[in-house]
Amino acid sequence: MSKGRFGQYGGQYIPETLMNAVQEVEEAYERCKNDPEFVKELDELYRNYAGRPSMLYYAEKMTGDLGGAKIYLKREDLNHTGSHKINNVLGQVLLAKKMGKTRVIAETGAGQHGVATATAAALMDMECEIFMGKEDTERQALNVYRMELLGAKVHAVTSGTMTLKDAVNEAMREWTRRVDDTLYVLGSVMGPHPFPTMVRDFQKIISREIKEQLMEREGRLPDAVVACVGGGSNAMGAFYEFIPEKSVRLIGCEAAGLGVDNPKNAATVANGSEGIFHGMKSLFCQDEYGQIAPVYSISAGLDYPGVGPEHVMLHDTGRAEYVPVTDEEAVSAFEYLSRIEGIIPAIESAHAVAYARKLAPQMGADQILVINISGRGDKDVAAIARYRGVKIYE
Amino acid sequence: MSKIARAFRDGKAFIPFVTGGYPDLETSEKLILAMVDAGADMIEIGVPFSDPIAEGPVIQEANEQALAAGCTTDRLFDMVERLREKTEVPLVFLTYINPVYAYGKERFMERCRRAGIDGLLVPDLPFEEKGEIAPACAQYGIDLIPLITPTSRERILRIAAEAQGFVYCVSSLGVTGVRKEIRTDVCTMVSMVRSVSDAPVAVGFGISTTEQAADMADLSDGAIVGSAIVKLIAEHGRESIGPVAEYVKKMKAAVRKQENC
Repeated sequence: MSKGRFGQYGGQYIPETLMNAVQEVEEAYERCKNDPEFVKELDELYRNYAGRPSMLYYAEKMTGDLGGAKIYLKREDLNHTGSHKINNVLGQVLLAKKMGKTRVIAETGAGQHGVATATAAALMDMECEIFMGKEDTERQALNVYRMELLGAKVHAVTSGTMTLKDAVNEAMREWTRRVDDTLYVLGSVMGPHPFPTMVRDFQKIISREIKEQLMEREGRLPDAVVACVGGGSNAMGAFYEFIPEKSVRLIGCEAAGLGVDNPKNAATVANGSEGIFHGMKSLFCQDEYGQIAPVYSISAGLDYPGVGPEHVMLHDTGRAEYVPVTDEEAVSAFEYLSRIEGIIPAIESAHAVAYARKLAPQMGADQILVINISGRGDKDVAAIARYRGVKIYE
Repeated sequence: MSKIARAFRDGKAFIPFVTGGYPDLETSEKLILAMVDAGADMIEIGVPFSDPIAEGPVIQEANEQALAAGCTTDRLFDMVERLREKTEVPLVFLTYINPVYAYGKERFMERCRRAGIDGLLVPDLPFEEKGEIAPACAQYGIDLIPLITPTSRERILRIAAEAQGFVYCVSSLGVTGVRKEIRTDVCTMVSMVRSVSDAPVAVGFGISTTEQAADMADLSDGAIVGSAIVKLIAEHGRESIGPVAEYVKKMKAAVRKQENC
């Protein structure tokens, strides 16, 4: 069996055309991750460009309102470009540069990863092309223009369901067309090895910081960490350093759309079955013949029919729990956090807030719950208004 | 000699591709028989998949249409069984790995054997992952046909050394589709294969004209054509049997003329 396995999941199921390229990425990453100069350069970028470390904020009003665990918010929304995506992208684009690549391509759902990639490309003088489902370019029109402002070319993908999965398909196709000078900067802990491992490594700074910040503030570990899961990169980043700490509950919140029993959902762990797609063996929403199912969520970033292979291993071993959160619960949490703490979370992150609202009251006042606010919600304001039937002019 | 090798026995082979169940199962069956009559030495049948990442727009569209028209893996196997009552020509499936995995690897191979499929091409199953289905293929006598590409370089030697059936030489970067010219050094790729294997080599991706087919067959043991045929089917729908048969006849004639490289 190939490298890059998490239990039986993961692997490198990609066209032969990409095999040398992917192995080249793997070698370059292995070299760079232990190279003090690369580590230092990336750390500089994190501190002085992305604004790390991100704050760990004690949500006192929310804690009082819910009447249970002490709630902390990890503020990835305050990073440059407004989400955790910048952590991964700075790492990968810097790696691309070291590899002598001159062009990066990426898929995007909500546009957060696309914006982050376009940003890093502008900073590091790389040509940049972003693939985005046509439906998502409409849901997130402002982000399309942001990417263009940053100098990227945005392709609206019209194949299949015209959402995130199709954007990944098209980015993979493009990589096979032009592979020599190009790195496909995958946005989540998915795809063929080494991406699930490499993206996790670039994101694990989230849990490292949570650990340090909480130790300083409370002198102890949290009792639970909650994060939303689409492909699963912010959750993997928020979980990783706590995996060996068995007292910490790790909870991933999946997008249940109109409900886990309604066909219109994207809850892969709840509803998926084992399959091989987009370079990895993992769980996928699919039919009995292995045709990938059209999935749905109000959140373009969670609207994906698969999940990163390491999450499936964490689920199988019982180390992490995965729970479904509906559109309605997420929207209501979006509004709740805005009102109670003056923080507008991304609709993706609002899925984690929604579950935390249920969990916190069941926990003791002496317990600590951390919610990873993976991104900010400015991009979602128009969509939430539409959801609530409010007419606004964009 | 595997049944697939027999396709190359009488000189250069012409191997047309169609998406199974496109535009519908009935027409698809007729198309395959017409291509056999027109001189095809082997037929490559695409198992429709929702997300065919190695395909260009023409075959993507055919995949979507075939699924929309009700083609399933089971119905495709039934079609192959019906074809087998009428022809002995080698038949291979081009399928993404997920439909095989979802059907059950052993169950899929057992059905292949029973229906009369001789080999499998799996574009998203590279050499390093072939252990996923190679044991099941071996158990049921189905050849697992490897692909080599312009970026394979030294990998060609490892891949070809373990080749079964034939070696599919991908002539171009990118996805399937018609191309004006093919610039890859196919000759070097073919000679690398020949240095380690007796398996025949057929060249595909981008071929649409008789000149291209003749050139590629000249450098190898045969030519594979997909998108150009699927495009004809897209244009003519259920009336595509005549035009496709005529095209295959013309391409086979161009390929047959070539001497050995």
